[in-house]
Amino acid sequence: MANALSFLTLRRLAVATVIVLAAGYSLAFFAAPEDADQGFIQKIFYLHVPLATVALLGFIVAAGWAILHLRTGDPRYDARSYVSIHISVIFGLAVLITGAIWAKGSWGVWWEWKEPTLVSFLIIFLLYATYYPLRYAIEDRDQQARYSSVFAITAGAFVPLNFLAVRLAQPLIHPRTFSSAGGLPDSMLWPFLVCLVGMAMLWTTLIWFELDAKAARGDLKRIRRALEATA
Amino acid sequence: MTPYAALLRKDLRVELRTLRSLPAMALFAVTTFVIFRFGLDREQLEGDLAAGVLVATLLFAALLAINRLFVAEREEGGFDLVRLAPIDGTVLFAAKASALVIYLVVLELIAVPIFALFFLDSASGLLPLALILLLADIGLAATGTVISTIATMSTARDLLAPLILLPLLVPVVIAAAGAGEHLLASGGPDYGRFGTWLLLLGLYDSVFLLVGYAVFDFLLED
Amino acid sequence: MTPLLALESNTGYVAGAYLVFLLLLLIYVAIMAARLQRIQRELRELGDLADRSRPGQDIGEVHEREERIESVREEARR
Repeated sequence: MANALSFLTLRRLAVATVIVLAAGYSLAFFAAPEDADQGFIQKIFYLHVPLATVALLGFIVAAGWAILHLRTGDPRYDARSYVSIHISVIFGLAVLITGAIWAKGSWGVWWEWKEPTLVSFLIIFLLYATYYPLRYAIEDRDQQARYSSVFAITAGAFVPLNFLAVRLAQPLIHPRTFSSAGGLPDSMLWPFLVCLVGMAMLWTTLIWFELDAKAARGDLKRIRRALEATA
Repeated sequence: MTPYAALLRKDLRVELRTLRSLPAMALFAVTTFVIFRFGLDREQLEGDLAAGVLVATLLFAALLAINRLFVAEREEGGFDLVRLAPIDGTVLFAAKASALVIYLVVLELIAVPIFALFFLDSASGLLPLALILLLADIGLAATGTVISTIATMSTARDLLAPLILLPLLVPVVIAAAGAGEHLLASGGPDYGRFGTWLLLLGLYDSVFLLVGYAVFDFLLED
Repeated sequence: MTPLLALESNTGYVAGAYLVFLLLLLIYVAIMAARLQRIQRELRELGDLADRSRPGQDIGEVHEREERIESVREEARR
């Protein structure tokens, strides 16, 4: 299995990501038809929804790494959990900003409480933003990792519940929602799927990148410590 | 006596001994009602406003209570004593969460009638609302116990616990206020989406009781 | 038939959204580049530290020369 995966390096993944994203967005703008109801503004859909989907999956993945970390105590799982949350929070920020722009273009307002995905993301963003002060407020390394994993699991369990609750809170009449991926014609569905896969690859590339940087810094610290000991 | 019962009695006894906490909490709730009266410039509340004021007040009182119950124990060293004893983390979680639920229920028994006295013209919606509030309290206790235990170990515990807890409690607020909006409606209680809110709260409670049960051991490790 | 890229005001919003995304990505790359620079600087410092503290510096130079000879041989072979 290691030999099969060793073909996959960060550089190759990055290149593949660029190719898939370029293909996806070319399709979105040149192959997909313009939406009959929303017009050109609907093109944001190919950006906003993949970002949102991947961010949410990222938070769930982080919870998965956190569970593995608690069960095995291996700090590498904690690093993966941390980085997953970090990248997903950045994606979440992009979701909120692109969502605001979409709202402004669609309904003339920069924020719309009746848009359930946008509101759910705000709440989730506010929650995961507390991850950083939590980590930095706990000094003991092991305890910090363990407690962060507990947070990641709790927050991960929260994500689907939150979406359900916000959806239930929406007024039953005159909802204002962005277009969703359900009920899309094929001509729009395929570009969307390519963009979605591209975003997932982008997320994975960034995770890998961050983990490598972390590992490099860790190695540096070890070497420095060893050198300063013998000096 | 099971460890669960022993811990529960300890927590409750601590509360009964330190009676300062509950009356202060009730006082906080009543004062908050007064603030809302002037802040909203209203003497009668109904429907969504009534639900909003009540739920928000109870929520913030609960945050104070969580701070009081768990931070106080940390400072008195009680928490460390329990960690040294060979007690299952799940038992500790159950005991703390139960103590918090009982505390919140007693608080509501005081605060809600006063709320009705101040703002409502009919008390007919209060009994079904009590059921909603009980389920909300359970959810609050589950997440509150886990998060405050995390926060207690950090250096910024006063700020962190509410900061992490508030987004986590949004579904509880949605359900409680959503139900309250119909139960406290001016024409009398309307059971329109009552089942939906009950189910949401039930789901929330189940998920976070399960999470708390599963992770609490890891919070107590050294 | 509607033109491919309708030049209504909505183009601005769509462009804005995609630009924001690219900007965030670029900011991220810039931050990672800064981190990389810091890592490189530390590596240089550690290299200096290693040279100073290890008395086998001459041996190091010998090794380097050997490696260079070896790599030239490889090139000649190809």
